[in-house]
Amino acid sequence: MISQAKTDQTDRDISTVTDRIEIRDVYKIFGRRKEEALALVREGKGKSEILERTQAVVGVNNVSLSVPKGSISVIMGLSGSGKSTLARCVNRILEPDAGQILLDGEDYTKCSDARMREIRRRRISMVFQNFGLLPNQTVIDNVAFGLKLRKVPLAERHKKAGEMLETVGLSEWASHLPGELSGGMRQRVGLARALATEADVLIMDEAFSALDPLIRTEMQDELLRLQNTLHKTVLFITHDFQEALRLGTKIAVMADGAVIRDGTPQEIVIDPGHDYVAAFTRNVDRARLFDAASVMSESPADAQGGRFVLNDAGEVAGWQDPVTGAVSEGFLAVRPETTLIEIAGAAARRRGPIAVVDAEGKFRGRISDEALLAGIAGAKETMKGSRTDA
Amino acid sequence: MLDPEEVYIPLDRWIQVGIEWVADHFRPLFRSIRWPVDELLNVINGTLEAIPPLLLIALFGGLALWLAGKRTALFTVVSMLFILLLGIWLETLTTLSLIATAIVVCVIIGIPLGILCARSDRAWGIIRPVLDVMQTTPSFVYLIPVVMLFGVGTVPGAVAVIVVAVPPLIRFTNIGIRGVNEELIEAGIAFGATDRQLLWEIQLPQALPTILGGLNQTVLLAMVMSVIVAMIGAEGLGLVVLQGLGRLDVGRAAVGGIGIVLMAIILDRLTQAVAERDPRAHSGKARIGAALSRLFGSGHRQAEGKLEASLDSKN
Ligand SMILES: Nc1ncnc2c1ncn2[C@@H]1O[C@H](COP(=O)(O)OP(=O)(O)OP(=O)(O)O)[C@@H](O)[C@H]1O
Ligand SMILES: [Mg+2]
Repeated sequence: MISQAKTDQTDRDISTVTDRIEIRDVYKIFGRRKEEALALVREGKGKSEILERTQAVVGVNNVSLSVPKGSISVIMGLSGSGKSTLARCVNRILEPDAGQILLDGEDYTKCSDARMREIRRRRISMVFQNFGLLPNQTVIDNVAFGLKLRKVPLAERHKKAGEMLETVGLSEWASHLPGELSGGMRQRVGLARALATEADVLIMDEAFSALDPLIRTEMQDELLRLQNTLHKTVLFITHDFQEALRLGTKIAVMADGAVIRDGTPQEIVIDPGHDYVAAFTRNVDRARLFDAASVMSESPADAQGGRFVLNDAGEVAGWQDPVTGAVSEGFLAVRPETTLIEIAGAAARRRGPIAVVDAEGKFRGRISDEALLAGIAGAKETMKGSRTDA
Repeated sequence: MLDPEEVYIPLDRWIQVGIEWVADHFRPLFRSIRWPVDELLNVINGTLEAIPPLLLIALFGGLALWLAGKRTALFTVVSMLFILLLGIWLETLTTLSLIATAIVVCVIIGIPLGILCARSDRAWGIIRPVLDVMQTTPSFVYLIPVVMLFGVGTVPGAVAVIVVAVPPLIRFTNIGIRGVNEELIEAGIAFGATDRQLLWEIQLPQALPTILGGLNQTVLLAMVMSVIVAMIGAEGLGLVVLQGLGRLDVGRAAVGGIGIVLMAIILDRLTQAVAERDPRAHSGKARIGAALSRLFGSGHRQAEGKLEASLDSKN
């Protein structure tokens, strides 16, 4: 099922969303002849041409991206597309060669080392693909690592680390070494370590990619669960589109160092806008991705003359049959965020018109059988949402 | 036209003159290098000689038990008793002090240099060829410049031992630090480590097994060289052998040789045990934990982990 947060996001007016991190026109070049390569990229030359002419590799090519507060933003792309490079520019493990990165409006790409350390210690933390845990330190010391760097006294940091271990369900493992834990457990430790500093931005670079599929799904659920209470700003890197769809409030697709498509999961699936992106979206299970709100029509009446009768409070009183004119209560009510697969399941058990009703019980829209099927099959015309970069 | 018997480039003279010039003009420098080595050697030798032999043997046995287990401990005690009975105890202590002094100085010089090399490609680019030359030069070749710059005796001997023994430690420290998993370094930076924190919290602890491997090499080289420096008048087991040979007293030479071999084996076992420790056991407390569990005959990892964990949690 699609998380609640995601539906909220689609409903929300974009202008009211505040960005925690804003990436502006960022470039990263690997190699000696940086200036030369940078000039060529700006002229619009391709990655392979630049490699041939200057021996420089374009890691990130003119990326602008905003990471909204309190949501999971996913960067998706195949191997070598520059996802890790971009993520590492965000906490300046790698220095961007051009552009700005803003944290709550502060451009920190040119700030002092001390300021950058402060940001890393308190604002932006990171979870690594291969966990990045110190093998000779106990689990609790690993979790307390960020606090130790901040010179928090031992008792205090162990207390905090203990709380974090409890959050991820590993309290009993506090005094074990990471080597004694399974992969999934180790990544929970990695997550606890990132949470322990109370940083509000989390960079997760392929954080679940090294895990078995089952454990991976479990960790995705865990992240969504934590996110429900913690509301961190997460920049999640993955090469797995399914994972991107499950986690992302927003998805940016990268290829050859550039962001080629950027939007909500629904927007991207409806209109990939790019063959490279379409290759990912082709096999998406739309029935699980889309919800009632995306296929409903706001009119209570259908083309055959049948209609929902509403009372004064805007609630659905019943369905008026187009032939007999009788008003019956034989209709199906779903919430706007109910997924199409759930609607289809309910409709199969009990046929009848489908009303979309919000939490207060007010009528929001109507879903025809055709719209439901078209939504599941992916017929573009019937769907809402449009490309943002058109 | 070129006579093979004739010298056309008198390199040997040039070197001789060059070194004499250095010795003349930098005498204070060499005296100041000599001084700490001399002091250290005296302190260590004085301490070792002040301890009653049987107590010292017991201490070594305990150390071996702690580091390497029962078998090495037994070997250490038996060998040292044998050395005591052979009548070469004082010579052995001198050799031991020579080695200990060299190791202390090597650690003080070698590890920081290794760290420098790991952090700066330029430094490594300069130091690496120097190490290459040092390590391919036969060790007794060092004796001549050492004699000219520092004179003869045990202290110049210690200087020669240091020069010969330090390269592996620099090399291994460099390799160890450069070889630390990139993700761990990134984790350190990502959580806001300063350069110093990165070094102490991540690089050195992770590189420690490799550095200790280098230390093992350094100890063995120091052992070998401590014998060779008998040629420039350094005292110890090497001198026993040399004097035995000089007087055609094969028995005496052989006794010295046996002492050298036994000490070499003991030192190798001990340093190797340090280097090959369980990677979990790099904190002092963990070592005690591991040693205790060994003492009680429990080689079981789990038990070791538990003990260590309980010791850690008391921290
Ligand atoms: N340190 C480096 N030196 C030179 N080139 C690099 C370096 N790091 C990355 N690159 C290059 O930059 C490009 C982007 O690499 P990056 O690691 O960001 O890709 P990615 O999308 O994270 O891929 P993956 O899914 O394999 O992790 C690649 O072409 C890579 O070869
Ligand atoms: Mg990557």
